[in-house]
Amino acid sequence: MRLAALCVLCAAVLSGGPAAQSLRVCADPNNLPFSNSKQEGFENELAQLLARDLHRTLEYTWWPQRRGFVRNTVGTGRCDVIMGVPARYELVLTTRPYYRSTYVFVSQKRRHLRVRSFDDPQLSTLRIGVQLVGDDFANTPPAHALSARGLIGNIVGYSVFGDYSKPNPPARVVDAVVNGEVDLAVVWGPLAGFLAQRAAVPLEIHPVTQTRSLTPASIPFAFDIAMGVRRGDREMKDRLDRFIEHHHLDIDALLSRYGVPLSHPRKEQS
Amino acid sequence: MAAKNYASTRFSALNEINTSTVNRMRVAWTFSTGVTAGHEAAPLVVNNTMYLITPFPNFVFALDLTKPGAPLKWMYDPKSPAAARGVACCDVVNRGLAYWNGSVIFNTLDVRTISLDAETGKERWVATLGDINRGETMTMAPLVAADKVFVGNSGGEFGVRGWLTALNASDGRMAWRAYNTGPDKDVLIGPEFKPFYEQDRGKDLGMTSWPSDAWKIGGGTVWGWLSYDPSLNLVYYGTSNPGPWNPDQRPGDNKWTAGTFARDASSGAARWFYQSSPHDLFDHDGVNESILLDATLNGQPRKVLVRPERNGYVYVIDRTNGEVLSATPFVHITSSKGVDLKSGRLLEVEDKKPRVGVTIRDICPAAPGAKDWQPSSFSPQTNLLYLPHNNLCMDFEAMEASYIAGTPYVGSSVVYKPGPGGHQGEVTAWDPLAGKAVWKVQEKYPAWSGTLATAGGLVFYGTMEGWFKAVDAKTGSVLWRFKAGSGIIGQPISYRGPDGHQYVAIYSGVGGWPGAVVVNDLDTNDQTAALGWGVALRDLKKDTTKGGTLYVFTVEGS
Repeated sequence: MRLAALCVLCAAVLSGGPAAQSLRVCADPNNLPFSNSKQEGFENELAQLLARDLHRTLEYTWWPQRRGFVRNTVGTGRCDVIMGVPARYELVLTTRPYYRSTYVFVSQKRRHLRVRSFDDPQLSTLRIGVQLVGDDFANTPPAHALSARGLIGNIVGYSVFGDYSKPNPPARVVDAVVNGEVDLAVVWGPLAGFLAQRAAVPLEIHPVTQTRSLTPASIPFAFDIAMGVRRGDREMKDRLDRFIEHHHLDIDALLSRYGVPLSHPRKEQS
Repeated sequence: MAAKNYASTRFSALNEINTSTVNRMRVAWTFSTGVTAGHEAAPLVVNNTMYLITPFPNFVFALDLTKPGAPLKWMYDPKSPAAARGVACCDVVNRGLAYWNGSVIFNTLDVRTISLDAETGKERWVATLGDINRGETMTMAPLVAADKVFVGNSGGEFGVRGWLTALNASDGRMAWRAYNTGPDKDVLIGPEFKPFYEQDRGKDLGMTSWPSDAWKIGGGTVWGWLSYDPSLNLVYYGTSNPGPWNPDQRPGDNKWTAGTFARDASSGAARWFYQSSPHDLFDHDGVNESILLDATLNGQPRKVLVRPERNGYVYVIDRTNGEVLSATPFVHITSSKGVDLKSGRLLEVEDKKPRVGVTIRDICPAAPGAKDWQPSSFSPQTNLLYLPHNNLCMDFEAMEASYIAGTPYVGSSVVYKPGPGGHQGEVTAWDPLAGKAVWKVQEKYPAWSGTLATAGGLVFYGTMEGWFKAVDAKTGSVLWRFKAGSGIIGQPISYRGPDGHQYVAIYSGVGGWPGAVVVNDLDTNDQTAALGWGVALRDLKKDTTKGGTLYVFTVEGS
C-alpha cells in the first residue's frame, strides 16, 4: 500500500512537468464503507473528487482508525486531511460539515419489525446487536439508550474494533442481522446503509427517532460529519470549505450511491 | 524475576550501599535502548549478565557485567509487523522478564511468550497465545515457578476475555489456561474452590453475574503481578476491570473481574477468589501486587497476602482461604465508605456513582486508582511496606462527540486532578499490621515507578520528572538523588556485581498511561488528553523529555 502511494508520487515527478503538489489523505486501509486500501470507500471517492478539484495527485497514509490515529497521521505531518470526523472534533481543525447522518435500526425486511424508536415495545423481546467502544465511560449512543431503558438481558455487544485481520471489522454487527444472530441492530447510518445495499437478504433501515421519554436527554443520534486537518492549518481548511460549498450536490449524490442515510438538519424535530 | 522473589517483597539483602555510604553513590555506567515509549521493566541480573527488555518493539539486550562498561553480549528483536501497523495503539509498555534454567523468558506486545537461550540469545521456543488483531496484547512480566511460566493477557478495553495461562517452562507447551469470566469449566472452578465469602459461591457465577453473553467480551485480563507460595503450591494474581460495557449495561458482580484468585500452580484449579471491586464502576483493575508475608495477628501466626488496591485500601488477606483480615484506606477516599469485613464487600457511596450525562465531581480515587501497577516493596528490617502511589481525584463530565473506526460515540469524559494537598503522587511507608502510615513523601506527579527496599536501610524510587531517589527507610528523609535523562516509571533493582560490590539499576524513560502526554506529545490544553490526564500533567512536557536509558549506580571508591 505504501509502495503504491510512493509510485503515485514517482509518476508525478517522472512525468517531467511541474512537480504536481499532492493531496495527502490519512485513511484506514480496512474500514468500508469509509475507506480501504483498494480505494473502494466513499471517503476514497470523495478524496478523488477533491484531488481533481484541487488539481493535485492523491497520496494516502494508511493507519487503522483507532486511538492514536490522529496522532500518528496528521499529528506526525505524514498527511494533511482526514476525510471524516465529527464536526468540532477536538483533536483536529474541522471544516464545515459536509453531511449529517444518524444511527439507524437495521433488521431483515421479511421480519416486518419496522422499529423506529427506543420506546417500541418489541425491543423487550428482540435480540438486539449494538456496538461497543470500550473507552472508559463513553460508548455508542444506542448502548447508552438501551441501558437507560433497562434493556440489558437481550442485548448483544460487538466491539467496534472487531478482528482487524478480517475485512472491515466494524461490519460484524450488520453481518449478525443478515445471518440471524440478532433480530435487530442499532448501527451508525453510513455503515448500515452501505451494507444493506449489498446484503445477501433484504434489510430495512429506519433512522432512530427522538422521542419524548428518551433518557438521558443529552444523547444525540444524528451527527454532523466534517473533514479534519491539522490544528492551525487554516489554509487547507478554507480550501476544503470552498470545495464542500461548491460541490454540495455532488457530495450528496456520491453519498447516496453508497447508501449513506442523510439526515438534514432542517428536518430535525428536536 | 521482576519482583525479586516469589513473595514479591522486592527486598535486597545487600547493604554495602546504606544510609552512611549512599551519599557517595555515583553512576557506574549507562545503556541507551534507542526506544522512546515508557520503560516500566525491571532489569534482570543472572550469572553476571544483565537482561533488559524494552517497550514495543520489545528488544531484549544481554549485557556482560564482567567487562568494563558492560558491553552487549547479544540482542534479540521479536519482530511484530501487526503491532507496528498501529493495530495496538496504546499500552505498549513491557514490565519485565524472568529466568529459568539457562533461559530468559518474556512476553511480546503481539501476544507471544518467548524463551531464549540466556547465553546466546537464540530462541528456545515461541508460544503464540492470542491475536493482536482482536485487540489482545501482553505487557506483564511472566512469573516462573514450579517449572511453569505463568502469563496473562491485556486489552480489556477492546472486549478481550481475560485469562491466566501456564506454559511448561521447558518447551512452551500450554499446561493449562484459566479464563476469568464464563462457565466454571473455563474458569477451572471445581470441588477444590472454596471462596471465603457467600457471594462467591454458586454455579457458573462467571456467567450468571453478567447479563446474557456479556462475559464473552468481559475483560478480567491479567496484566499485573503474580506471586507464588511454594509450601501451598498456590499462585496468586489479580484480574482487571470488567469491560467494554458501561457499568449500567452490565448489572451484577461481573465475576471474576477486579479481584484476586488463588490457584493450584500444577492444575490451575481455583482455590479461592476475593473481589475487591464487585461490579467495578471506576476502572479499578485488581491487578496490583500481592506481597506474601508470615505475620502474627492477635497472637496467631497467619500466612497473609498484602495488597495495596487501586480502590484505595490496603487489604491484608489470609492467603490460605481468602478471608479479608483488614482493609484500611491509604489515601483520601470519597467513592466508598470502607469494606465490610463480614461480607467482604466494598461499601460504595451512592452519589459518587457515575451516570451518563450527569456531572459528578470529586470522585476519589480517580480511575488510575489510589495506586496503579507500580509495585511496592517490603523490608523485613522495618516491617514496612513502601507504597509508590497516586493522590488523584476525578470529575465526570459530559463529552462532545468522539470518533473511532468511522463511528461517532458519546458519553462521559473524566478529568483527573490532584487530591488533598495539591500534589499528585506520594510514597508511603505503611505498617500493614497496624494499618497506618509511618511516613509519606509527596511528589508533584504520580509516583509511577516501583520501589526497592534494601538491607542498607534505604528505599529507592524514581519520579516522573526524572529524579532517582534514595530515602531513609525509617524516616523517608531523602539521602541521595540523581536527575536522569527522562522521567522514571521503571522498577529499581539491586545486585552484587562480579567485583563483589553492590549496584543499583533503574530504567529512565517516561511513558505509561500518564507519561503518554510526553511520549505522544499530547496537547495538555485538551483536558481529556491521554484519557483524562491533560490538566493534571500540564507541566510534564516541560519537566521531562522522552527516551529510554538504563542507569547503573555504585558507591564511589568501592
